[in-house]
Amino acid sequence: MMTIQNYVRPQTLEQAYELLSKNRRNRAVAGMLWLRLTGGSIQTAVDLCDLGLDTMEETDDAFVIGAMTPLRKLELAPGFAAYTGGAAARALGDIVGVQFRNLATVGGSVFGRFGFSDVLTLLLALDTEVELYGAGRMPLAEFAELPQTTRDLLVRIYVKKTPGNVAYRAVRIARTDFPVLTCAASRLDGKVRLCVGARPGKAMVLDLTEAAAGGLTPDTVKSLAEEAAKQILTGSNSRGSAAYRSHLVRVLAERTLSQVGGFGNGD
Amino acid sequence: MEIKLKLNGKAVAGSVEADTPLIDFLRQKGCYSVKCGCDTSNCGLCTVFLDDVPVLSCSVLAARADGHAVTTLEGLQEEAADFVGFIADQGADQCGFCNPGFVMNTIALLRENPDPTDDEIRAYLAGNLCRCSGYEGQLRGIRAYLDSRKGKGAQNGN
Ligand SMILES: Cc1cc2nc3c(=O)[nH]c(=O)nc-3n(C[C@H](O)[C@H](O)[C@H](O)COP(=O)(O)OP(=O)(O)OC[C@H]3O[C@@H](n4cnc5c(N)ncnc54)[C@H](O)[C@@H]3O)c2cc1C
Ligand code: FES
Ligand code: FES
Repeated sequence: MMTIQNYVRPQTLEQAYELLSKNRRNRAVAGMLWLRLTGGSIQTAVDLCDLGLDTMEETDDAFVIGAMTPLRKLELAPGFAAYTGGAAARALGDIVGVQFRNLATVGGSVFGRFGFSDVLTLLLALDTEVELYGAGRMPLAEFAELPQTTRDLLVRIYVKKTPGNVAYRAVRIARTDFPVLTCAASRLDGKVRLCVGARPGKAMVLDLTEAAAGGLTPDTVKSLAEEAAKQILTGSNSRGSAAYRSHLVRVLAERTLSQVGGFGNGD
Repeated sequence: MEIKLKLNGKAVAGSVEADTPLIDFLRQKGCYSVKCGCDTSNCGLCTVFLDDVPVLSCSVLAARADGHAVTTLEGLQEEAADFVGFIADQGADQCGFCNPGFVMNTIALLRENPDPTDDEIRAYLAGNLCRCSGYEGQLRGIRAYLDSRKGKGAQNGN
């Protein structure tokens, strides 16, 4: 249950940042979907909707995604769909429903660093950086490890157009439910990465570049997937046991790495 | 706080608390088609259009809608009338509680994609939950409506 004393729509990033720095019970409001379930007692809701951050731009070398960009906009962006070879739609398309994804934002998803996040799993497999007001840019992998503070203001997300390919798969008990396991594999500029989320902990990234130095062949992929199932730590919750999740790590790693290797369709 | 917005094409104003959800404001204004099914952003029953985009009114602050246009099923009777009969013909609804959310989101789908495949219909309506039916009736109803529209188009030489 969330209660709010005051509601403000700052018109500049500076105003938003000042409000967030003033009081720990002041909170940034993005899509509000997570906040409304977990926000508790909020002194001032700092709605980021007037800051012009709900747009996405494609430059020669990156996708520049405003923090308030709805997930649905990212899912439908033709350039991003082409760059990810459809992995974006796979990662985003089962998050609750269209109406939900019109509200939920990329910034809220990244800032939340949720264990179950399809969004974080996909973005960690890409060359992604985040821009924080005042603190500038840093790799998403670094940001994901930082503790959450209510003062940080996430402004933009940058996905660099590093040449290569990416594949995404998740397992859900029912479409629109939280995932049981999420998995993204990528080979970008020769760097091979496997990213597994909903373990149920936050997504873990394995750098497989050295292990895959001889190329991604069916045999290599099989052994990489077996190794990943040993290295990725899994746990149990109401959606699945640790043993089941480790089994899924092997299966999804094999499928996504095969697709990245160019000899599977990911299914 | 005072808010002003366009509701179903008409200017309305009202006083809300900072944490009043849009759904409560809309029901205060007499839009009883907008219902709360879950209050956890999961069921789609509270779907309205905010500046023509379908959203969950249980999850948007009324304050965020200040200065924007909101449309509920009350404002879309003609557009809905086109296909609700086809859904009824299939006996798709049982209790009917989920119906306003389904109708709103079907309108959004058909505006965005006038000739969807069955998979596209399923994907677009996945966030509309129904506790009674198996969803097949709604799908058959929308398909029958689309087929009849194509039939009419063919008759008109389109
Ligand atoms: C019922 C439900 C089911 C879900 N299912 C899935 C799923 O299957 N897969 C998945 O990947 N995700 C899922 N999510 C998460 C969802 O996709 C979003 O990631 C989540 O709601 C946060 O995004 P938001 O825009 O709603 O942020 P909010 O709820 O508004 O904010 C979340 C947190 O981030 C802070 N914040 C937001 N934006 C900024 C910013 N720019 N700068 C600083 N702080 C900020 C807020 O203060 C708050 O603490 C689910 C969420 C819900 C509620
Ligand atoms: S009442 Fe809004 S999604 Fe269920
Ligand atoms: S008909 Fe009863 S909830 Fe859908």
